[in-house]
Amino acid sequence: MNQDAFDLRRFVVGNPQSVAVWVALIALMIFGALRYDNFAGAYNIGSFLNYNSMFIVIAVGMCFVIMTGGIDLSVGSVAAFTSVVAAYLSPLGIQVALPLAVLAGVAFGAFNAVCIIALRIPPFIATLATMLGAKGGALVISGASTIAVDWGSNFTNMGMNKAFGLVPWTIIVVAVVVVVFWVVLEKTSLGRTVLAIGGSEDAATLMGLPVNRAKAFVYMLSGGCAGLAGVILASGFGAGQPLEGIGWELSAIASVVVGGTLLTGGLGSVPATVAGALLLGLVFNILNFENGRGTISFSAYWQMVIRGGFLFAVILFQSRVMARSAVKGTSA
Amino acid sequence: MTARDIDTPIRAGSAWKPFLRSNGGIVALVVIVLFNAMFTPNFLQAQTLFVNISQVATIAIVAMGMTLVIATGGIDLSVGAVMALSGALAPLIFLSDWAQGSPTLGLIAAIALPMLAALVCGLFNGIMVSILRVQPIIATLILFISGRGIAQVLTNGNLQTFTHAQFSYLGTGRVLGLPFQGWLALAIAVVLFLVMTRTAFGRYVLAVGGNERAAALSGGPVRRVKVGVYVICAGLSGLAGLIVVAINSASDAARNGQLMELDAIAAAVVGGALLQGGKAPIFGAILGAVIIQLVKYTLLANGVEDEVALIAKAFIILAAVYVQQARKE
Amino acid sequence: MNNLLSMASIAKAFNGVPALSDASLDIAPGEVHALIGQNGAGKSTLIKILTGVYTRDGGTIRFDGRDSTISSPREAQEAGIATIYQELNLVPLRSVTENVIMGYEPKTMGVFVDWKEAHRRTREILTRFGIDIDVRAPLGSYSTAIQQLVAIARAVSLDARLVIMDEPTSSLDTSEVQTLFGVVRSLRAAGVSVLYVSHFLDELYEICDRVTTMRDGRTVDVRAMQGSTKLDLIGGMLGRDTKDIAAAGMTEFGGGAAKQGEVLLSAEGVATGPRLTRFDMTLHRGEIVGLGGLLGSGRTEAARALFGVDPLTGGRITMGDRDGAPATAAEAIGAGIGYLTEDRKAEGIVPGMSVRENMTLALLPRLTRRGQIDRARERELVQHYIDALGIKTADMEQPIRELSGGNQQKVLLARWLAVEPELLILDEPTRGVDVGAKREIQAIIRDFVAKGFGVVLISSEFEELVEGADRIVVLNEGKSVTELTNPGITEDILVGALAHGPKEGVAA
Repeated sequence: MNQDAFDLRRFVVGNPQSVAVWVALIALMIFGALRYDNFAGAYNIGSFLNYNSMFIVIAVGMCFVIMTGGIDLSVGSVAAFTSVVAAYLSPLGIQVALPLAVLAGVAFGAFNAVCIIALRIPPFIATLATMLGAKGGALVISGASTIAVDWGSNFTNMGMNKAFGLVPWTIIVVAVVVVVFWVVLEKTSLGRTVLAIGGSEDAATLMGLPVNRAKAFVYMLSGGCAGLAGVILASGFGAGQPLEGIGWELSAIASVVVGGTLLTGGLGSVPATVAGALLLGLVFNILNFENGRGTISFSAYWQMVIRGGFLFAVILFQSRVMARSAVKGTSA
Repeated sequence: MTARDIDTPIRAGSAWKPFLRSNGGIVALVVIVLFNAMFTPNFLQAQTLFVNISQVATIAIVAMGMTLVIATGGIDLSVGAVMALSGALAPLIFLSDWAQGSPTLGLIAAIALPMLAALVCGLFNGIMVSILRVQPIIATLILFISGRGIAQVLTNGNLQTFTHAQFSYLGTGRVLGLPFQGWLALAIAVVLFLVMTRTAFGRYVLAVGGNERAAALSGGPVRRVKVGVYVICAGLSGLAGLIVVAINSASDAARNGQLMELDAIAAAVVGGALLQGGKAPIFGAILGAVIIQLVKYTLLANGVEDEVALIAKAFIILAAVYVQQARKE
Repeated sequence: MNNLLSMASIAKAFNGVPALSDASLDIAPGEVHALIGQNGAGKSTLIKILTGVYTRDGGTIRFDGRDSTISSPREAQEAGIATIYQELNLVPLRSVTENVIMGYEPKTMGVFVDWKEAHRRTREILTRFGIDIDVRAPLGSYSTAIQQLVAIARAVSLDARLVIMDEPTSSLDTSEVQTLFGVVRSLRAAGVSVLYVSHFLDELYEICDRVTTMRDGRTVDVRAMQGSTKLDLIGGMLGRDTKDIAAAGMTEFGGGAAKQGEVLLSAEGVATGPRLTRFDMTLHRGEIVGLGGLLGSGRTEAARALFGVDPLTGGRITMGDRDGAPATAAEAIGAGIGYLTEDRKAEGIVPGMSVRENMTLALLPRLTRRGQIDRARERELVQHYIDALGIKTADMEQPIRELSGGNQQKVLLARWLAVEPELLILDEPTRGVDVGAKREIQAIIRDFVAKGFGVVLISSEFEELVEGADRIVVLNEGKSVTELTNPGITEDILVGALAHGPKEGVAA
């Protein structure tokens, strides 16, 4: 056996645990396509991907944070904040609004990083405070109301138009982000450092790895991803929405965990996280179709309940897997 | 030969630093009160006192529960959601046809059942943390989001308004001229203080937070203690949820207890609870709650917007935790 | 003399407590230099100062002819100092390759990790050590010995001038130790210096050239290995005249004569997992049974099995009328067993709690009536034990973390004496305590068995076992292999019994 052969399976699927996610995702897609008429139609697929692209991009950032053993609870508020920023900047066009709004997200991430690394405040406290601060900030700069974007500029093109009339721009942007950070994780020393920190921060330090730099990177990445999600929100729905983003951190964490990333860090995969986010979105998509058929009648409030239930189920699954591998670990 | 001699400062000039660290909460309180007495109009009036006491009671009640959870080295993010849930259940029960028919039973049920639901939430959190060994942040994140979701599903997202004199006593009653819930908070504090100082349970709470393995090897019921603190915390949150609903004569599942986890954590930490566990200053939590409330009040009374107050609160939390971390080193 | 490394007058204090006061260390190029000293002598602190984990308060360090400015592990590596820490500084979840090349990955286009080359390089280095494993698998899926060798492989691959090994053999078996020694010798042949920290003095004779001895934060002795006797080294570490040691013995235990009371506890064929596979022992009243064995022989696992911490997978434990091991610690305490754990910090004290609260932690259920603690009785009991054991504390409300190690240990001993057990399991009861407290603790143990109770004693110090135990059950690789009876046990006999245990199925 040639050990050096490129391990496509490990690269694409992630760790063996993630296989279940891919199987579930594909099974659910087949189920949907067979059961509902318009499920596999271009419209549903397009709007499904468009809507979930926000959650995918946030989940990718969250995935990096969780891989270091940290957590970022501020993503929802930061996205709300940057959606307002993007809306204000929309007259200047997407080429200005996008980078500046993302930068605003990165700034929140940098603030988190300073609190966590320099001031040694536990991540969940630091990001919880930022959640509060960003929410307050969003309300202050927007005057607590939604801010309409400038429809005259090219700002809404990203959220509403399709590249070459085929694929929505949003999806292309998100796909690029996913691929870039997938490569960063798998193929650069930065990505490996992120995983090493989650595996054992002390060991990573003693190995002489740039621990602080990598931690700063993940929080800024997560902030930037939230920033991008804010732009997508504003561009896709035509307004900056300071009250949005509640519960997004939970969706992101759920996607990451569903994708087989260990909550304690050290193990994780970008594509599996995307699969997790898609699976989570698909569950709601199918519930909507069932609602439409009149089989069931779910109010929007069920979303939160189901999301929590989903997270619960996955944590149950993971804690059993962990218990088994922990036994294996001590005997080794 | 102990390290104590080394810890005590040698120069008298540097004595203010440790003083400030161990009494920072009181100092902050005095500063805020003095500031308000000088600059906030009508601050030293009875009405202001009532408003603040009725607001602070809910924070304090939840913060005391949070203090117990933090004392075991845990955290409970679900307190606000549990408030929403119990707050949503109460009017559903006493507005039902059955409760209208038998008002006394209805009132009892309207208090007992929401409390029971809250305790079940705490049981869920406790089992997740102690038996399934999920990190407290993640374990309580589940109810943080779906608890409120359940409340909204139950009420279909509607605001429930009502007039119910007996129930409203929880939030608007007066005893000896001061708000009922203030006395309630004080009574809970006294009980919890006795529990923490006089009972084996209290001792085990501190031992679990101080060194879980040592506590377990000394025969301590670690799991039961952990489940216990989450149940107590959820129970107190449920009670706080009822009080909020009683104050407003209305239940809004979307707003009741919103961001309460932050207030409670902040109050506990400002009051001197250590995030890594092992300390449970019950009256500290009340002090912390008073400070949080007064800061909020000061900002609002001086014309600062609600949203900016959020940002201020964020910085208080960061500052309190930072001071705590610095003290550890 | 042209030293590769020269550390002089190094001082370091933590929170005002001095850890190093006048430490020095000189290492010549191509030398294998031993560093010895008791726990707490300051070896680890000295190493961490050298590798930039801690900053020194005073003293000078010259490395490779220049004043050293190393301020982080990274800089130490780049200067040519590689360290293998006692607690493995590796990431078990990540692959073997990552653990070897982390921080020095081969790259294509200057950015992307060249995994193919990384795997090849890792495999090549490991082959030199005689290891052939799948380098892509998570490190954690291999044995501790392999992990240890991977750590060394990482150090070697960094082209170090000085390799520091902190207790490298503590988890290796004999053949793996020989592999390691081979690596050390080839390093020396290549002109690389090795700083070798170990408790196993025999190893030092085998591969070290010189030895530096530390005690209480100072360097007290530097000598050539050749011509030094074991007694010289031990004397240096303990700060005692070698003649005294030879003449008097070092413990308060008077050589126990085997007494035969009724059987208090018996264990037959007890197994709890791969680290404890077959453990037999009988304990009579009034008897101290020692568990002898090297680190990892299953000593601590046996203690945990007796106390009910680890569930049994085989065998049976009988104590009095009671059949079967206790299922929980609370049950064990109820059955009259006390367990003083090996790791005082991690499993013993609750640092923030007072002496009083620490002492009564195991007794709480019996001090409590309807949930409420009988505080008068609690204080009375605590004061009794403070007086009886001579615990030096300002008062019973002083936080235990402020006490010295010996006094902390006495508080923990009191914790268990207070529950009035019939059987005390003592895992390293005198580790990390000063000589005076040690004798006192040993006297307490003697008193305890004199009342007709039993003690299971675990100790890495052979003197303590040989002089303290009435019988010694010798463990090797998770099995009890021999039993020695006093009077008549000498250290040599014990060491012989340890060395000649059966070798079955050597781990890969």
